[in-house]
Amino acid sequence: MDALRPYAAAFSSRFLLMMQYRAAALAGFFTQCWFGAVHVMVLAAFYLGAPEAAAASPISLSQAVTYTWLAQGLLAVMPWVGDPEIADGVRTGAISYDRLRPVDPYALWYVRAAGWMTARLAPRVALMILAAGIVLPLIGQGQWAWRPPASLSAALLFALSEALAIALACAIIMLINIVVVATLNARGVNILMQPLVIVFTGNLLPLALYPDNLRTFLFVQPFAGTLDIPNRIYFGALAGQMAWVGIGLQLFWITTLVTLGRWWLGRVMARLEVQGG
Amino acid sequence: MPQILVQDLAKTYRVAERAPGMLGAVRGLVRRRWRTVEALKNVSFSLERGELLGFIGPNGAGKSTTIKILSGILRPDSGRVEIEGLVPYADRIKHVARIGVVFGQRTQLWWDLPVIDGFDLLRDIYRVDPQRYKATRDELVAMLRLEKLLDQPVRQLSLGQRMRAEIGAALLHEPSILFLDEPTIGLDAPSKLAVREFVKKLNQEHGVTVLLTTHDMHDIEALAQRVIVIGHGRVLADSPFEALRADVLAERRLFVDFAQDAPALDLPGVEVRNRDGRSLELAFDPRITSAPALIAAITARHAVEDIHVEQPAIEEVIARFYDLHGANEA
Repeated sequence: MDALRPYAAAFSSRFLLMMQYRAAALAGFFTQCWFGAVHVMVLAAFYLGAPEAAAASPISLSQAVTYTWLAQGLLAVMPWVGDPEIADGVRTGAISYDRLRPVDPYALWYVRAAGWMTARLAPRVALMILAAGIVLPLIGQGQWAWRPPASLSAALLFALSEALAIALACAIIMLINIVVVATLNARGVNILMQPLVIVFTGNLLPLALYPDNLRTFLFVQPFAGTLDIPNRIYFGALAGQMAWVGIGLQLFWITTLVTLGRWWLGRVMARLEVQGG
Repeated sequence: MPQILVQDLAKTYRVAERAPGMLGAVRGLVRRRWRTVEALKNVSFSLERGELLGFIGPNGAGKSTTIKILSGILRPDSGRVEIEGLVPYADRIKHVARIGVVFGQRTQLWWDLPVIDGFDLLRDIYRVDPQRYKATRDELVAMLRLEKLLDQPVRQLSLGQRMRAEIGAALLHEPSILFLDEPTIGLDAPSKLAVREFVKKLNQEHGVTVLLTTHDMHDIEALAQRVIVIGHGRVLADSPFEALRADVLAERRLFVDFAQDAPALDLPGVEVRNRDGRSLELAFDPRITSAPALIAAITARHAVEDIHVEQPAIEEVIARFYDLHGANEA
């Protein structure tokens, strides 16, 4: 119990601090409503404009719409930038203080990233459920709404898979953090990550809608586990055994990326240099 | 066995270099040139439990690098460090639980959190027993006069207030060694005094070993029994401050106001530094002429209104020392 105290404290202090930024949460929510609406309209144009192709699609229009709202509501999970606190610490030299704490450095940064992410996630996802899941059907726009999960078992598997998605995204953020520490600059790696993440998580377009010969690759690559896999479990496109395959893939990538990150951070820290004074 | 043992420490950095201007920037993209900076060439010293050591030297001399190696942040290229039987960079986690560190130019408290929340977070990060923490915290709060600051976010504190809070934060886990890297930098006079007074008390009453770097020679004068001067990555001197002063600049000054215009003086080993109407400033070496003998010699021959002896300012001593050793930053 005492062994975990530092990490629990680091997580909750970051979580509570981030929860103070209500204006940012509200602004983010409105942006995401806008992007969600645009995505939904584009998807509708595709599906309604080509009925034969739509009939052959592995996910239906209403599933694609739900996918879009999930993607917007869960946007905070997307690992497209490193933890700004680490980037800041690299610039100011405050990360030398992290080296002075009697804790595992990877775990400390990992829980901080998790606190940062979940604190941004909670208000945004609540507002999005309210807007796209409750208000839209109430005003007679139910066909464009965020639908409930396919079944109770889909809901439970989704909860597990989403928790793993957060764990996986934090492992990816840790790799970005390590690049930031190694290169002393956050801009470069953050700019590189954004297009990768938007495409390969399924945020831009559900991964099931890409050409057939890409689908296996898209399913097994690590970013799928941060959004596409839990989403497909949610509306039942991945069910039964396939749902467990998806969850297995998430576990595989978490293990691999955490191991890689721990090894790499150890190397970077061993040749850390603190510049000036 | 000393508490801190440092032997033949060496550390070099590789610094990327580029020619100035646009062309240089483009060339740097293709082929990067590296320059090696020898931060530490050969540093050795040892420290007993309960000592208070001042570490001085010009900018870039290697003081901070030494502190960063001793605190486990950096790994030296060669040499040996042992602190209470541990090698800081090899046994980092065990080692850092026993030390407290304050970097005057950086903050370890959380900018947006009230001071007390930052303290509580450090309690958990260091796994301090809650009862024990309460006692330590209350004592530190009283000694550092932090009562009114506890509820304020760190960003609202003045530099002097923040430094007091930083020092408190570094001691919540009751370390046996405290490293202070320029703790008085940028502080006003009362804040400097408060920091010095606290450090002295901590060292004398709680037996905490203190290693402090500074550019403020009054810190050294007020605190350090022992001074290490470092320059060009080497230890240039390691002695009590008074011994250093005697070696480097034994000279004293005698200020005399005469009743009439200042006379011409011709005394062995005495030099006139300044003459202004009735006043004279004389420099003499106390090892050749003692102050009482010199004063007696003057007052015997001339009517004197006022007379006093001064030591050269401590800054002057150090500047002279750096000059003698060519230690000034290039």
